[in-house]
Amino acid sequence: MVVPLIENWAKGAALEVQEYVRLVRAAVVGVFTSPRYGHDIIEQFDVIGVGSLTVVLLTGFFTGAALALQSGLTLDQFGGRAVVGRLISASMIKELGPVLTALMLTGRVGSGIAAELGSMVVTDQINALRVLGTDPIRKLVVPRLLAGFLMAPVLTIISDFVGILGGWLVSVYQLQISSGIYWSSVTQALYPQDVWMGIIKPFVLGFVIVTTACHVGLRTTGGTKGVGEATTVAVVTGSVAVIAVDFFVTKILIAAMY
Amino acid sequence: MDTQATQTAEEILSERGAPVVMFDQVELAFDEKVVLKNISFTLISGHTKIILGASGSGKSTILKIITGLLRADKGVVWVNGERVDQLSEREMMAVRADLGMIFQEGALFDSLTVRENVGYKLYEESAMPIAEADQRVEEVLGWVGLGEYTDRMPSELSGGQRRRVSIARAMAFKPRILLYDEATTGLDPITATTVDEEIIKLRDLEHVSSIVVTHQLRDAFYVATHMAVRGADGVVTIVPATPEKEREAEFIMIQDGVIVFEGDADALRRSKDPYILTFLS
Ligand SMILES: Nc1ncnc2c1ncn2[C@@H]1O[C@H](COP(=O)(O)OP(=O)(O)OP(=O)(O)O)[C@@H](O)[C@H]1O
Ligand SMILES: [Mg+2]
Repeated sequence: MVVPLIENWAKGAALEVQEYVRLVRAAVVGVFTSPRYGHDIIEQFDVIGVGSLTVVLLTGFFTGAALALQSGLTLDQFGGRAVVGRLISASMIKELGPVLTALMLTGRVGSGIAAELGSMVVTDQINALRVLGTDPIRKLVVPRLLAGFLMAPVLTIISDFVGILGGWLVSVYQLQISSGIYWSSVTQALYPQDVWMGIIKPFVLGFVIVTTACHVGLRTTGGTKGVGEATTVAVVTGSVAVIAVDFFVTKILIAAMY
Repeated sequence: MDTQATQTAEEILSERGAPVVMFDQVELAFDEKVVLKNISFTLISGHTKIILGASGSGKSTILKIITGLLRADKGVVWVNGERVDQLSEREMMAVRADLGMIFQEGALFDSLTVRENVGYKLYEESAMPIAEADQRVEEVLGWVGLGEYTDRMPSELSGGQRRRVSIARAMAFKPRILLYDEATTGLDPITATTVDEEIIKLRDLEHVSSIVVTHQLRDAFYVATHMAVRGADGVVTIVPATPEKEREAEFIMIQDGVIVFEGDADALRRSKDPYILTFLS
């Protein structure tokens, strides 16, 4: 009774992974070979990059500010209030910036991609593209992949920056630390490896978010209801994947760089 | 061997009377549900095949097999001299260059304007200069009576208008085979007749081979029993078909995955089969 259930589940999962790998491979080939759809690529940079700016600015800022408050409390126990900048910059750049930006992108971009591609599937628009001689992967997946892959790091850096800025505001006006001390402690403990870690991660996370969402969207079945389900699945899978992939990338990078 | 074989095939296919679409014992099932059990038919160049059948009998599925959107489980499918049941998606693109399809639900790209929809293939997948493509788009939209709607979005159109845009999109790049999936369903009789006449004109003046899937017997018979002629003054008129011309339109009726009737309009009218009689009444 249970065994066939597990067997079915395993088969389904294996098929899903296989399809995902196939999509990723085709998309990567599509990035490096023509035909490319330049107009769509530019549009996606705008939608994914510029469109996510507000959300990223807000989360980055408040995360940095909250971090400053919390670190201030903890550091006071050791009389180490002055090094608050160090803590903020290290946590923002290495971990919180990349992960929170990626989670925001999953919510905003991942869901959007899954909904859009999903509704194109259930209304036969994907089939219409194919009949008209367009490879949907090149037309739809490649532009989103490029934009996600390249804009995630940019957005992350912006998020890091406003986070540190938020921390600065709290440090100066709430914790009564002078600006000079804050900024020197921000840069003091920053090693090149940390910066690399903070820049490499979002590339990987951006790639994961977009490919997951495209995969889920393109496999939508079951009409409008299916589109809703695909959107939920894209956000949930994407978020879990972001956290999990972040862990593994961190592990690999630590082993490789430190 | 290859080049010579292809050339000959192309020569054969460009002749009148050549088979452009051929199904040989095609079978298809979705999981356990068998949709097509044994389907064989041939569409001759410049002819019309009209597919009738109850809802869910597999008509759209047949069109999707022709365009390579679905793959048959068994059997052989030839389209324009290629065995599409064996082609990869990339190889299929070459075959699709000659195929236009009107999807049952229209399948317009809802992020693009009417103009971008109709000209999609010309703008995105051909080297045609923009001005020329624009001109073609306007011409085709004029035919379906939507010349003033070029800059609208599909969501701003009525159902019938969307259907006509979808027809315009399929014929804009002048394919030699057109597949109509319920192109007239849901249209008022006057617009439906306009669409029927468009199908007839494309067939008789541009030598387009057509497969017409429909529930609307009125339209099916109209397409089968009329022909387009261009008079000495260049004016195109639709007139009742000559008996020979009428035989170039063949009806197929599908029931439970097999073809239960195959023949021209006259044979269909004279049929005594109880299923066909209920369908016709
Ligand atoms: N992707 C699919 N997965 C599973 N079953 C499908 C799928 N597509 C079609 N079917 C089933 O195949 C059968 C034939 O579908 P098809 O769309 O070809 O019917 P049709 O003859 O075009 O009907 P209608 O006149 O209503 O358009 C239906 O019973 C349908 O439920
Ligand atoms: Mg159908």
